Amino acid sequence: MLRFFILVLLSITSAYAAIDTYEFKDKGKELRFHELSADMRCPKCQNQNLADSNAAIATDLKQKIYLMLEADKSDTEIIDYMVARYGDFVLYEPRFNAQNAVLWLGPGALLLFGLIIVIWLTRSRNKSAANTEQAPELDAKQQKQLQQVLDKGKK
Amino acid sequence: MPRLLLFIPLALFISLSFFLWKGLSIDPRELPSALIDKPFPEFQVAALLEPERILSKADFIGKPVLVNVWATWCPSCRQEHEQLLRIAQDNKIDIIGLNYKDEREAATNWLRQLGNPYAFNIYDEAGMLGLDLGVYGAPETYLLDAQGVVRHRHVGVVTAQTWVELQAMIQALGVSQ
Repeated sequence: MLRFFILVLLSITSAYAAIDTYEFKDKGKELRFHELSADMRCPKCQNQNLADSNAAIATDLKQKIYLMLEADKSDTEIIDYMVARYGDFVLYEPRFNAQNAVLWLGPGALLLFGLIIVIWLTRSRNKSAANTEQAPELDAKQQKQLQQVLDKGKK
Repeated sequence: MPRLLLFIPLALFISLSFFLWKGLSIDPRELPSALIDKPFPEFQVAALLEPERILSKADFIGKPVLVNVWATWCPSCRQEHEQLLRIAQDNKIDIIGLNYKDEREAATNWLRQLGNPYAFNIYDEAGMLGLDLGVYGAPETYLLDAQGVVRHRHVGVVTAQTWVELQAMIQALGVSQ
């Protein structure tokens, strides 16, 4: 009985591990295929890349990448082709454009904003500190009083 | 002035909460089509019911149409079929079927048994037209204007509510043309 279960379990895992294979004559192209399919997101199962996904659409897109590589298309051509159809969404490393400029520049802008505030705060603090350091001038009478107080403290 | 500056964190917190709250009602599976306001891709593909007839974009240019991506392997397509039949009965707009990665015989039987809401069906067996259109599953429904430009994409089942929204969009297209 146990043996039967183990067999069933093993057959299930092997069914899930189905991987499509593409034959490349050129090692470089094969490498680029793996890089491209790892860097693109499957539009259907959204938290998987094309390489990991078994969705029908991911298979189609991989097939398309394969055909385009075999047709000697460049990486940028392939990426442009995908973005033209599926939008920036397919890229795991989104490109800079007007729509996502806030996301790209936001952290830098916030950091700059914070730095400016810190500088501004320290400056105004220094200024007020400098103000208190400047002791007012004492006249002769006050000088004498001060001396008396200091002397008392010594005793 | 410095007193007002103290409210900056509060203002940031409120705006952040607003965006997070807004995010709750956004469906992450519904992607914006990259083809919105772009022309429907050119194609030369056989019709589903008349295999010898080659369809192209010229077959539906001239008036707004709905393009419905469907397949017999797609349960949600079965679910929206009744609504598509009702839309066809309303006679306000033609529905063009894009039979996506399907078997011709199964699809033909489906239309025979369930009724055919489509003006005609494009038989996209390999899914290459679907790929050009940015389809990532079925059902999907596109609204094209009279020039064949994609105006709207609906992902998922077309319901009575969807049809109400689509009608408003169709009306807006009619006004602007």
